[in-house]
Amino acid sequence: MTGTALPEVLAGALIVLGGAFALVGSWGLVRLPSLMERLHGPTKATTLGLGAMLVASVVWFQLGRGEWTTHELLVSAFLFLTAPVSANMIAKVHLHRLRAGEAGEGPGPAGAPDAPPGGPDWATFEAPHEGTPGDFEGD
Amino acid sequence: MNRLLPHPGLAALLVVMWMVMVNDISFGSLFLGLVFGLVVPIFTAAWWPGRPQVRFRPAVAYLALVLWDIVVANFQVAAIILFKPNRDLRPAWLAVPLDLITPEAITVFAGTISLTPGTVSADVSACGKFLLVHALHAPDPAAEIAKVKARYEARLKGIFQ
Repeated sequence: MTGTALPEVLAGALIVLGGAFALVGSWGLVRLPSLMERLHGPTKATTLGLGAMLVASVVWFQLGRGEWTTHELLVSAFLFLTAPVSANMIAKVHLHRLRAGEAGEGPGPAGAPDAPPGGPDWATFEAPHEGTPGDFEGD
Repeated sequence: MNRLLPHPGLAALLVVMWMVMVNDISFGSLFLGLVFGLVVPIFTAAWWPGRPQVRFRPAVAYLALVLWDIVVANFQVAAIILFKPNRDLRPAWLAVPLDLITPEAITVFAGTISLTPGTVSADVSACGKFLLVHALHAPDPAAEIAKVKARYEARLKGIFQ
């Protein structure tokens, strides 16, 4: 009996852990003071929450049914590749709205970011040109 | 050799990803994966001129470190969300000075900062010398900057030489 119960217990514990992290991330979305702070909840806590659920899926199929399954590794790999990109895009839009002073957009407790010391402005405020940031040749 | 296999790392990655995706170890799927691994790098060679050399062993060690940090720091952010009232929260913008030069290395650094909880990278300066990072709770911004530089950037410098 214990031999068959182990994968169920393990997978169950991981699913509960994952669900708890997803819940905490969503609660952070509700209670944190402004957009930039709220961005921390769903991009991170939810990443680990989903990761735990995917590990639970691997454990269940591997130990419980003896089936080889690797799809979950790809799901988490793509998740880790895409989560920073979407967070980065939201942050850039927020920076533009702050500078434009659009109605209903408070800067939040951290205020608006200062310009970078010394050099030119942040890349998102730059006029479009050829090449990567800092590469002004060929403009 | 160089024309047949212009990017061995990408070829190996494609084969492994194909095997993981078909979810089945058989000669047929391995053969198809090898075909993709050979053909795709040849046809996309024009789109990655001047790619940086990546050292394999430090890169694997870095991946393990980042995965561990994601797990540990997630508990810290969960604790902040659950137990720290908004009036005690000290969010801050950090301008992290960059020693990394290549766009690939800066991209990996920014992605690492976004994935390790407590910090989100928001932008890079137009001169490519600063990274704009938002920290959820940073009572001492200078210490936070020193931490990410020592922990991640120093290791990335060893990977992208």
